[in-house]
Amino acid sequence: MAKVKINRQRCKSCQLCIVWCPRKNLKLDETLSETGVFPAVVIDPANCTGCGMCFVMCPDACIEIEG
Amino acid sequence: MGKNYSRPQALTDVVTHYCPGCGHGILHRLVAEIIDELGIRGSAIAVAPVGCAVVAYDYWDIDCAEAAHGRALAVATGLKRVQPDKIVFTYQGDGDLAAIGTAETIHAANRGENLTVIFVNNAVYGMTGGQMAPTTLLSQKTATTPRGRQAATEGYPLKISEMLALLNGVVSVERTAVSSPKEVLNTRRAIKDAFMNQMERKGFSIVEVLSMCPTYWDKSPVDAARWISEEMVKYFPLGKIK
Repeated sequence: MAKVKINRQRCKSCQLCIVWCPRKNLKLDETLSETGVFPAVVIDPANCTGCGMCFVMCPDACIEIEG
Repeated sequence: MGKNYSRPQALTDVVTHYCPGCGHGILHRLVAEIIDELGIRGSAIAVAPVGCAVVAYDYWDIDCAEAAHGRALAVATGLKRVQPDKIVFTYQGDGDLAAIGTAETIHAANRGENLTVIFVNNAVYGMTGGQMAPTTLLSQKTATTPRGRQAATEGYPLKISEMLALLNGVVSVERTAVSSPKEVLNTRRAIKDAFMNQMERKGFSIVEVLSMCPTYWDKSPVDAARWISEEMVKYFPLGKIK
């Protein structure tokens, strides 16, 4: 199981990671971040394979994957 | 690209000023990753353009110079000739490289300067408010072509990469995109090849990258990426040109 970390302060809610997640395992959060956007969050960490598609597409380098 | 999905060290720890979904952010990360991978953080010198990427020097933790609009390759020529052991690259948009800087670009390429050029083509002037650029597609609406670009009055989109490929001084010309994970990884490979060409003293290399401008294309980031894959590549085909 990979651990995806998304930096809420840096995310601009562009949704490129959400669209390209092959398992559709990302969504927009329902609470605003400090910067006033709905940042991306992982739906089910156990369902993540750590393929890195979200990392590759993130324009703000706010996603990191461990494991 | 291995399994290193962490923030590259050559990228500074700041929030960029780019709009959501802007391709510049992806490209900045790719450049930083390659600088880390090649171990050239201490010897790389970037030349920043005028355009949306004008403050790129705030985002890369390497030496950077700022050039006047369009003159990045003239500044890079000087830097590389004075310090030939450094890895000098320019990062320019289409308004910078293909409009006001056309003369500097063509002559630096024709001289075969040992430089790496990253040319970000988003078909619009972003920083100044979405006006028509030389690379704006026909019928594309911009602030200065509200009814869409017409060949009869505004001419055709400029294929500067194909033009540069004709010059003897140029060793490598490639066009890629950042519109999908596959294309991003291909762009990473192409930029790395362009850096390697310089390290092996082969000469002038340019990578043209088709990049999203969701704000001035009036599209969502996802639709902007799709527009590159479906429309932009028809006029600017991807692949190795030289």
